[in-house]
Amino acid sequence: MNRCIERHRNILDFALSSLLRRKGKNLSLLSVYTLIVFIIASIVFFTQALKREAALVLDGAPDLVVQRMVAGRHDPIPIAYRERIAAIRGVSEVRPRFWGYYYEAVTGANFTLVASNDGQPSVKSVFIGSGVARNSSLTEGDFLPLRDVKGTPVLFTVGKVFPSASELVAADLIQMREDDFRTLFDFPTGRATDLTVSIRNKGEVKTIAAKIAQQFPDTRPILKSEMLRTYDSVFDWRGGMVIVILSVAVLSFIIFAWDKATGLSAEERKEIGILKSIGWETGDVLLMKSFEGVVISLTAYLAGVSLAYAHVFFFSASLFEHTLKGWSVLYPQFRLAPVVDPYLFCVLFFLTVGPYIVATIVPSWLAATVDPDAAMRS
Amino acid sequence: MRNSTLFLTLICCQLLICASFVLHARVSRASAGARLASNRELVRRLELTDLCLFTEARYTRHPAMADRHAAFQDHPMALEHFPSGSLVTPPDFRREAP
Repeated sequence: MNRCIERHRNILDFALSSLLRRKGKNLSLLSVYTLIVFIIASIVFFTQALKREAALVLDGAPDLVVQRMVAGRHDPIPIAYRERIAAIRGVSEVRPRFWGYYYEAVTGANFTLVASNDGQPSVKSVFIGSGVARNSSLTEGDFLPLRDVKGTPVLFTVGKVFPSASELVAADLIQMREDDFRTLFDFPTGRATDLTVSIRNKGEVKTIAAKIAQQFPDTRPILKSEMLRTYDSVFDWRGGMVIVILSVAVLSFIIFAWDKATGLSAEERKEIGILKSIGWETGDVLLMKSFEGVVISLTAYLAGVSLAYAHVFFFSASLFEHTLKGWSVLYPQFRLAPVVDPYLFCVLFFLTVGPYIVATIVPSWLAATVDPDAAMRS
Repeated sequence: MRNSTLFLTLICCQLLICASFVLHARVSRASAGARLASNRELVRRLELTDLCLFTEARYTRHPAMADRHAAFQDHPMALEHFPSGSLVTPPDFRREAP
């Protein structure tokens, strides 16, 4: 047993010395390999964590949202629909929801305005998200001017700033009273932006949505499961930018694996010839070459995954920030709760380490099976 | 010291780092519980439907509420010009009256 381990260690020593003889080439190979694993692993970490966060947070979303459609576009819904929807068996409550957008011309930011009728905040007072506070340099007690439909500035007192931990859901929110919202936008009486429906038995949501769509052909019910699925498919691998990043990473990997697979350098062929002429078996040569592949690929894989974890969960995926931010003036600052999915990392391991080792062994096997004299002369 | 010893030590260190990240993920998830619960409560109270990820266009700010059939929703033939539009996939199945 010990002899077998010692033999393998000796071959590993030789493989490492062989790699160190071509230090420059192998270090650059290791860097590119690590970078590719880092990019792919960063995307995997970020999307998995975001999907999990969305699933947990949006669990509090309404069971059903009913929008009214006019000429294929979302339009305010008559509040009178509320009674008829509430009469459907299984519906426990129907509430009108008032929300919209406000473009702030000074900073160029888009805010989301939400009205609530639970008595908070007080009249002419607003609760704002920490993104709004940061963007407009506001703190509690300051005045936030918002222009109404006639262009007249209306001053609102900032009653509260939502904690920064809530940025992922509330960075751009401005919460105000329903009557203030109606006055500000001159919102049509008897209408709401949409209706939210609470359902007693969650298993009946689809049936109730179908009944609503049947009874009100001008409406569109959106289920909570559909909202969650929207975030489950967010950054889907087929999505524009993600597929570009993945394609670049995979193509780079294919190029350098191909470079390895298409043949050995004259120096490497000579080395194999010498080893065989001094008594190495073909199996020993292949073991040495596979150790070379393992050294490079395992080091790159572990380094790439570790760097990706630190990038996403310690540095808030700062390299992706500009891509995610796009042209948004107001961008939430959030830190995701880490998620490590062993299945995805096993897949990534077998997709990166496996092909590389095969690409290293195949040309070596071809070189090791020729006559040592011919190999040294080539 | 033999090269193989150095290499095996390096791999063990890397594996330890990876294991510490797995441990970190568990601890962080446990400590993030309160933050997630308060965010869920805010979502429930204000009846929110979407995450605040992209604020540049209404269909990227509220993808769950956007129209699937009108991907470029500003006007007919409008080209997608917001970078986040290329990241977010269109909303899933919509149950609309035929």
